[in-house]
Amino acid sequence: MIPFLARRLLTGLATLLLASVVVFAVLEILPGDPALLMLGMNASPEALATLREQLGLNDPVMVRYVSWILGLLTGDFGRSFTYSSPVIDLIAERAVVSLPLAVISLLLSTAIAIPVGIFAAARRGKAADTLSMGAAQVGVAVPNFWFALILVYIFAVWLQLVPAGGFPGWKAGLWPGLKALILPSVALALPQAAILARVTRSAMLEVLGEDYIRTARAKGMPRRHVLWRHALRNAMIPVLTILGLQFAFLLAGTIIIENVFYLPGLGRLVFQAITQRDLIVVEGVVMLLVASVIFVNIVVDICYALVDPRLRSNA
Amino acid sequence: MTAWKSILAATALALASSTAALAARTDVVIGIVLEPPHLDPTAGAAAAIKEVGYANVFEGLTRINSDGSVSPALAQSWTISDDGKVYTFKLQDGVKFHDGTDFNAEDVKFSLDRARAEDSVNPQKQLFAAIDTVEATDATTVTVTLKNPQGAFLYNMGWGEAVIVAPESADGNKETPIGTGPFKFDNWAKGSSITIVKNPDYWGEAVALEKAEFRIIPDAAAAIPALLSGDVHAFSNMPAGDALPQIEADSRFKVVLGSTEGETVLSTNNKKAPFDKLEVRQAIAHALNREEIIAGTPPGLGTPIGSHFAPHHPAYVDLTGTYPYDPAKAKELLAAAGFPDGFSATIKLPPPAYAREGGQIIAAQLRQVGINLEIIPVEWADWLGQVFTEKDYDLSIVSHVEPMDIGIYARPDYYFQYENADFDAIIAELDVTADETKRYDLYKQAQEMLAKDAVNGFLFQLPKVGVWDAKLEGMWENWPLAVSDLTKVHWTE
Repeated sequence: MIPFLARRLLTGLATLLLASVVVFAVLEILPGDPALLMLGMNASPEALATLREQLGLNDPVMVRYVSWILGLLTGDFGRSFTYSSPVIDLIAERAVVSLPLAVISLLLSTAIAIPVGIFAAARRGKAADTLSMGAAQVGVAVPNFWFALILVYIFAVWLQLVPAGGFPGWKAGLWPGLKALILPSVALALPQAAILARVTRSAMLEVLGEDYIRTARAKGMPRRHVLWRHALRNAMIPVLTILGLQFAFLLAGTIIIENVFYLPGLGRLVFQAITQRDLIVVEGVVMLLVASVIFVNIVVDICYALVDPRLRSNA
Repeated sequence: MTAWKSILAATALALASSTAALAARTDVVIGIVLEPPHLDPTAGAAAAIKEVGYANVFEGLTRINSDGSVSPALAQSWTISDDGKVYTFKLQDGVKFHDGTDFNAEDVKFSLDRARAEDSVNPQKQLFAAIDTVEATDATTVTVTLKNPQGAFLYNMGWGEAVIVAPESADGNKETPIGTGPFKFDNWAKGSSITIVKNPDYWGEAVALEKAEFRIIPDAAAAIPALLSGDVHAFSNMPAGDALPQIEADSRFKVVLGSTEGETVLSTNNKKAPFDKLEVRQAIAHALNREEIIAGTPPGLGTPIGSHFAPHHPAYVDLTGTYPYDPAKAKELLAAAGFPDGFSATIKLPPPAYAREGGQIIAAQLRQVGINLEIIPVEWADWLGQVFTEKDYDLSIVSHVEPMDIGIYARPDYYFQYENADFDAIIAELDVTADETKRYDLYKQAQEMLAKDAVNGFLFQLPKVGVWDAKLEGMWENWPLAVSDLTKVHWTE
């Protein structure tokens, strides 16, 4: 287990370094002058030159890259061009929205999808299967932003149970904060749950066709036990893979939902930073997202090993 | 199954706690589309900075009112020398900054000197270009000497970029703005909202509101439910789009259409062939059907313009008839210019809807007379780089939102690449003319000259779609400056 982990961590670090080069290079090529964006169309040339100097944009590319990487190693993400605050503060402010949102959505989608998937597999071909998989098909097809708008009209405009959007901040209390995250997490979770339910179902069906299941049934083991103890554990590998991918998506890919609910999350920070050419912020957030995707993948690998002892030795 | 339980519990709690949060009527929530990058109006061009801070948190020597007029602010009165070069400002007494420090003539000198200093990053540095010296004569008197008389000096001192800041706090204004205004900065939840509260020690007339929150709602689709659900009480300029009739029909809200300083033009590269030919530009002007363009650009409420000037200004001349819509005439002019079969060109469109949607209509209209446009959508950063700085473009569409900015046509090397010594002379004379009648006359001449030269395709004045709770009063109807001045805002019940 230990050498396995060490190897995974090393490849993770190498990926991170490679990502840093790619991210930096891509943003270097991206046209657009941050100083001009900040000072606008009436800016005088001297004011622009002064600002470029202040932002350190006049240094050569390699100098900027090295000082950025050295900063990252010491935990210094640099200072935002547009917001005049440290990048790490900006990320922290947004992560307290994005992270809970991702976790709640993931819990919600897992709690719905896995029971539905098992249930449908156990009743393969029956009405319950057709019905739940039909619903899942719709769930996969419906875009989450459309679903989000429908939720807003029902629960915020019509019933006025929850705010239509925005985030009051955790300082306003746990409940107001959670309340603001209910609709977005439902909107994010349902399409994810639909995919996960289908994957769970097909993984279960595959396992249920195996010889050892028949053996277990033949020796008189109750159906429930076979399903939960033998089949589910063996069907977990594809389910875990999808869960890992979904969590990574929920961390980074929620920009549309963040816009619909005007939540101050990481997705919007990146989007805003790209349009403003706030390069240092884009670089910082993207690196963090790469790191968290790598981390999630390592966690998923560990989970593989936990559910399937065979993977511990040959991994 | 615990997740299900918590959802049920959440729903029950939501039901129990959803009381109307509108009982206390001294607070207001204003929706804004763009989040300001920071809050220092002297260090960034983003309109959102002034939308939050102007007149609320920061004040200048003078201020611009909702009708575009100039009135005293931190300067209670002034005298102007006979040669128009020396302005002596008498300042308000007993004014304090929000951090408790005193406001006096030294702060004025500091602010003006800082804005025009060599290392200044003020986005409107030209406002201060005419200043020669600033002297603090005594604690409440400031003497500003200009290099030459400047007709618009008092107006310029009312801009958001000319507000007075204190040397003790100026460097921190981006995060914690410290001004002299009737509201003071309270909190900024990044990406979410900015809150300002009443300043109990304000020197002037106290404001009615105790608290105002600017909530950032970047998506037009989200703005409508935010308003309908009561989360937001007002939008100074709402991205309502097609949903406007729905809001107008709702008696809970007031929809107030106003004008802005945004002249929306089909920017034309006057030095690039074939647009360097007057006939070609005239042909384009004849080929444009403004009514159709306005109707097709949500919310379809712009006012047609025939030159680069705001229709609400007293010096405005209606020049929309200079080159009326006439495709046949346009074809004739093209033939006369040597393009009997038309030509192909590109149009680079920045992200706003007026450009992207207006651009498609214009491309269709120009195709009628034989000009084939290739539409190239660009980001703002790209637009500023390629079009504005490099001048690598044929046509573009953009709204010029700075107030009273007809002078940009006289700027050397401006991206229209328009060169006309007679026009430059008019602007130069305007700069040194203080007499209002004379100024208006010069403005008229300038408008006519631009219209005749068909420098750009002059399309329409960008409308301001004010939407607010019917019980809210005191919001600006027009936008001589793109701000949300809350000093007169109050609830009627």
